[in-house]
Amino acid sequence: MSAQLPAAVVLPELEAVPAAPAAWRQLLRNKALAVGGGMLLLLIVLAILAPVVAPYDPYVQDLANRTVPPVWYEQGAWLHPLGTDQLGRDYLSRLIYGARISLLIGLSVALISGLIGTTMGMLAGYFGGRTDMAVSFLVTTRLSMPVILVALATVALVGGSLWVVILVLGLLKWDRFAVVMRSATQQVRALEYVAAAQAAGASTARIVLTEVLPNVLPHLIVIATLEAASAILLEASLSFLGLGVQPPLPSWGLMISEAKAYMFFSFWLIAIPGTALALLIFAINLAGDGLHQVFMPHERS
Amino acid sequence: MAGETVLEVQGLHVDIPVASGVLHPVRDVSFQVRRGETLCLVGESGCGKSMTSLALMDLLPRAAVRRATTLRFLGEDLAQASRSRINALRGDRMAMIFQEPMTALNPAYTIGEQLIEHYRHHRGASPADARSRAVALLEKVGIASAAKRLGQYPHQLSGGLRQRVMIAMALMCGPELLIADEPSTALDVTIQAQILRLLADLQQELGIAMVLITHDLGVVARIADRVAVMYAGEVVEEGPATEIFATPQHPYTVGLLSCIPVPGHTPPGGKLGTIPGVVPSLVGDLQGCSFRDRCAHAQPGCSRTIPLRESQAGQQWRCVLSPEAEAAW
Repeated sequence: MSAQLPAAVVLPELEAVPAAPAAWRQLLRNKALAVGGGMLLLLIVLAILAPVVAPYDPYVQDLANRTVPPVWYEQGAWLHPLGTDQLGRDYLSRLIYGARISLLIGLSVALISGLIGTTMGMLAGYFGGRTDMAVSFLVTTRLSMPVILVALATVALVGGSLWVVILVLGLLKWDRFAVVMRSATQQVRALEYVAAAQAAGASTARIVLTEVLPNVLPHLIVIATLEAASAILLEASLSFLGLGVQPPLPSWGLMISEAKAYMFFSFWLIAIPGTALALLIFAINLAGDGLHQVFMPHERS
Repeated sequence: MAGETVLEVQGLHVDIPVASGVLHPVRDVSFQVRRGETLCLVGESGCGKSMTSLALMDLLPRAAVRRATTLRFLGEDLAQASRSRINALRGDRMAMIFQEPMTALNPAYTIGEQLIEHYRHHRGASPADARSRAVALLEKVGIASAAKRLGQYPHQLSGGLRQRVMIAMALMCGPELLIADEPSTALDVTIQAQILRLLADLQQELGIAMVLITHDLGVVARIADRVAVMYAGEVVEEGPATEIFATPQHPYTVGLLSCIPVPGHTPPGGKLGTIPGVVPSLVGDLQGCSFRDRCAHAQPGCSRTIPLRESQAGQQWRCVLSPEAEAAW
């Protein structure tokens, strides 16, 4: 231990490891992420606190007060800030409870399809060869089927319910995860730290999970946000077509569908859930874009 | 220097099927490394040096096929060993240092996490023990304020520091064999010298066997005990470093040595030696000396099987020319 070693390399000053608050500040400096994330956070809080925040039970009908317009109309009143629907249910309460369904759909579909797609993509990207061919075949097969048609057919056969919609969309929407994870894994796999981990005696499972996965995670998060938004839209479409979430659940798509007979006389009945849907999708996409900008341009190298 | 043989390689072949036939990047390579000894594998790009090192660590690309009459590490037959046995040896008894320190560290983890992970994996050590060993080794490879460095990510370190971290990581489990694949190529010249000096010092101090792969003969001259010169997948000449540099026997070795400028001997503005021609394709059946198309002394006999010649001093080479004939040039 006494042998002469080259003198320690002395750097003028140690670069400070970014502390957690600094990392947060960096995330918030991205405007898209701050705005989109903020809107999303607000919606999530509202959805979770729905029983507290909502002024009425979203299922209670009041046939004496049907299609009361929102407060900004002349006949509107603060009793029902967003009015009531064709069965006299408070529209604000239904909207708040509807956010729960949309967020639940977005989250669970992203989770299920993310799990399937990431597993397939990473296996294909890491092992290549026959595994890659098999996965690529499955992906192209899946891409050749229009999601909405397959979902419609399945729901029509099985019968619509919230869980059926989640399952069907989750089992259909893994293609983008698989494609992106495959190419991201291929890139990481070729890097020397994977060979170094092998040389250090790590098992394949260990390498895939602890060496590759953390480095493809940014891609995964970005796609998950985009896929969640698309799943919410699909649920709304299915519900609008009467094959998604079943009444009386207050899904936003279903609210638009139920109100379509009244749209010429009570425009707000479709405008309000439509706007809410658009805002949610906007918020998720904005947050996804922001995450993309934060993660991708200066990937730590 | 006559320690126990750590690594014994006899007749190592690597074959890779490609579209136009079978590629033979490594052909009949044999050498051994003893404890406390440094073997340098030298040769130009594409001569099979890296493939040889990957074959030793069982890190070859999936398509590649490895064959060997003997591949023995500490008396254990690596060719017969199971996957899990290989994984237990790799990182623990045999370690590897890679060429590119910029990509050989995982950007998602801190230096400390990466140093500690494999040590705990192989040795089941407690986090505190692993940490103190990591700090000790980082200091040993000459990194200042080692304890603070543990919390840093690879992108916060310079190339030279990263390569030092890689060396520390390779030494974490106290390996018997260290394979270094051009560890200094990606670094700038002053750092190169430091890293090589560090490797040589550590190897002396810890008495490990080292296989150093390089194309820099200046490096070889400084730290090698034995040298194996590779050309087109074959070891064309092998022997003690002093002998190889003093009396190179194979025309390729002679050519390589004449390419290096020697301060004080090479006149300023003078032309350096070159070897004409290009490396032959290694696809398909190969016969005879693969250097014959570029060799000034080529003769009809060069296309037949080449005898392995041996000198008194333990130098071996493959050439049709007898030492007497060569001495006449």
